[in-house]
Amino acid sequence: MDAILLQILNGLDKGSAYALIALGLTLIFGTLGVVNFAHGALFMIGAFCAVTLQKILTISSVSIDPEKKDFLGNPMEVKTPYVESWFGEATGQLIINWSVPLAILFAIPVMLAVGYIMERGLIKHFYKRPHADQILVTFGLAIVIQEIVKHYYGANPIPTPAPDALRGSFDFGVLLGFDPNAVIYPLWRLVYFAFSALVIGGVFAFLQFTTFGMVVRAGMADRETVGLLGINIDRRFTLTFGIAAAVAGLAGVMYTPINSPNYHMGMDFLVLSFVVVVVGGMGSLPGAVLAGFLLGILESFAAMNEVKSFFEAIYLPSIDQIIIYLVAIIVLLTRPRGLMGRRGVMEE
Amino acid sequence: MTLIKPTRRGVIQAGALAGAGIAMPTILTAESHAGYRNAPQGSSVTLGFNVPQSGPYADEGADELRAYELAVEHLNGEGDGGMMNTFMANGSKAALKGNGILGKKVEFVTGDTQTKSDAARASAKSMIEKDGAIMITGGSSSGVAVAVQGLCQEAGVIFMAGLTHSNDTTGKDKKANGFRHFFNGYMSAAALAPVLEKMYGKDRKAYHLTADYTWGWTQQESIAAATEAKGWETVKNVLTPLATTDFSSYVAPVLNSGADVLVLNHYGGNMVNSLTSAVQFGLRDKQVNGKNFEIVVPLYSRLMARGAGENVKGIFGSTNWHWSLQDEASKAFVKSFGTKYGFPPSQAAHTCYVQTLLYANAAETAGTFNPCGIAEVLEGLQFDGMGNGPTEYRADDHQCFKDVLVVKGKDNPTSEFDLLEVVEVTPRAQVEYAPDHPMFAGGDLGQCNPGA
Repeated sequence: MDAILLQILNGLDKGSAYALIALGLTLIFGTLGVVNFAHGALFMIGAFCAVTLQKILTISSVSIDPEKKDFLGNPMEVKTPYVESWFGEATGQLIINWSVPLAILFAIPVMLAVGYIMERGLIKHFYKRPHADQILVTFGLAIVIQEIVKHYYGANPIPTPAPDALRGSFDFGVLLGFDPNAVIYPLWRLVYFAFSALVIGGVFAFLQFTTFGMVVRAGMADRETVGLLGINIDRRFTLTFGIAAAVAGLAGVMYTPINSPNYHMGMDFLVLSFVVVVVGGMGSLPGAVLAGFLLGILESFAAMNEVKSFFEAIYLPSIDQIIIYLVAIIVLLTRPRGLMGRRGVMEE
Repeated sequence: MTLIKPTRRGVIQAGALAGAGIAMPTILTAESHAGYRNAPQGSSVTLGFNVPQSGPYADEGADELRAYELAVEHLNGEGDGGMMNTFMANGSKAALKGNGILGKKVEFVTGDTQTKSDAARASAKSMIEKDGAIMITGGSSSGVAVAVQGLCQEAGVIFMAGLTHSNDTTGKDKKANGFRHFFNGYMSAAALAPVLEKMYGKDRKAYHLTADYTWGWTQQESIAAATEAKGWETVKNVLTPLATTDFSSYVAPVLNSGADVLVLNHYGGNMVNSLTSAVQFGLRDKQVNGKNFEIVVPLYSRLMARGAGENVKGIFGSTNWHWSLQDEASKAFVKSFGTKYGFPPSQAAHTCYVQTLLYANAAETAGTFNPCGIAEVLEGLQFDGMGNGPTEYRADDHQCFKDVLVVKGKDNPTSEFDLLEVVEVTPRAQVEYAPDHPMFAGGDLGQCNPGA
């Protein structure tokens, strides 16, 4: 039972990232009709916002300590971050320690700007082009962004730890009546899940309860009629692209303590997120979220030794690698529009 | 005026003559005279450096390339000479004079393996066929090394492997044209197991997470056998797909498996992510079977360990070489590399640098670039002054035998490079095995192929 609970938690955690990326993908597809293969790159840019802020906060003054030697035997350079010089050692270290949560504030304007530039600068020219063209150009863009990040940050993962207070693990099982130490779960992963739930709730509330959101929803349902009512739907859709970019970016920022970010992390999530969108139903925001969590949980269960052994016995080895695609095939065969797909989307 | 009328027979004869004419230069090239592929023409010789310049191991590849450029500089008589000053072969000073190789200036071309076997073979093929590379070297993955080694065997050029740690490279996939200076999974296990026994005791239950490809399999097989011989029990071995980024689903079952040691047979990005997950799940703070839970990483890479940050502290592993070694050769190499690039070299850089000098010395000694002449010198070569102490290139399998370093993630690093500390230098005798050892069986070195 404890193993099952652990895998559910793992699934919810993985699903959080899938759901956040898929939510943005669906928003863009639903509003602009663009299949954005650069969305994984936006997730990665978000993660590198955290890396960049960490680097900014650790910009240091350099002094020479004649007592210490570097690897060549020369007097060693000692670096003191400016934030420690300005705010005192304790406060400076606290600021650096909390760089990942602080990066949320840094990432929101950056991601909105990146989304705006991406949409106005490139993607708007492809609105009337076939989906194949859109996929090619956005995939190309993703590769370009990836190579730029690699050029400046290198190919190796860069450690971006969580604040000390949120590191370590939490005895989740005790809350549910299990023995102590039976269900231990990393604290930051719980934070990630809570944060994702908050962002997803925020996006839905924004779309549901604001005039802007109402117009966007109306535009997703019938763009032409909204335009005929004198509303500049294009401008709102551009902002929606920015919001989708920010959602992906925030998912990336908060993901950095879970796995040290590298330039390739966007691609790792991209394909799975597309499967999530398709399973959830193209254009359905609740579908994307539901499918994100569902596939995350299924993927976690498939990695369990008992499940792997069972599928190996029925000649289905490496089920953990194929489960998501297998489920996608089954869902599409039985419900071609996906779990919550709308009639008429991609069906002309 | 008489016009020659073309006849069917005439056309065939003319065609045959023209064909023979076109074929003539190929038959009469110096290459054929020399009897081997890509015999150097003129005053230079071209080496092919096939390293990952893109993909997840690009930083390691960049460090390899730095080492190769440094080696070329030293061979051509530039710079401070680095380990050329300390290199001893068969008890005498190495034959390198700083005037290139056999008087020919060393030039190089580079290829990008992308850490993909097919891409690596394509780039090696291009360097051999288009650029006339006489030798191929480099790489940061065993899958790539095995693939490129096979290609070099067919093409008839020497392959001096870069970073490859699978037993198979000099085991079932060994080739007469291929040589490996780097150590292997068996050696890591043989060096680590006694240290693990000393530190953690005999009665341990180990859970293995293993990268699902040639290196992972042989590494796991080796470390499981070596630790079981010390009394440990292997509770479970779970193969993880190479593309895995989030290891939480694989780490979670360890918690209640009854194991008190987690062995991560992962390298590079896999190692960074699986170790991070294991630490996040509180494994290092856990008590199981009345003992502290421990994590072991059999193969360390300092470059990659940086990605795992503080999580590597106190964790045991092994490495082929480390910049903090205090022998004269290591110091000379670190000084040379550090002065040129501003940071110490990685183990990947070290093995690539050494391989280049070993190749050059073998050519000088043999007096030819003929791969078979070079292979003859390398086989059984005893050398020293290259940072690993006395070393032998065993003739039976073209594997170098030398001391192995057991390292531990440093508790109090003094700089960003100071991540690992050497806890034991395991003597060669302890990591040596017979050429027909079952873990290396099944392959055939075959005959040297000069390619012509």
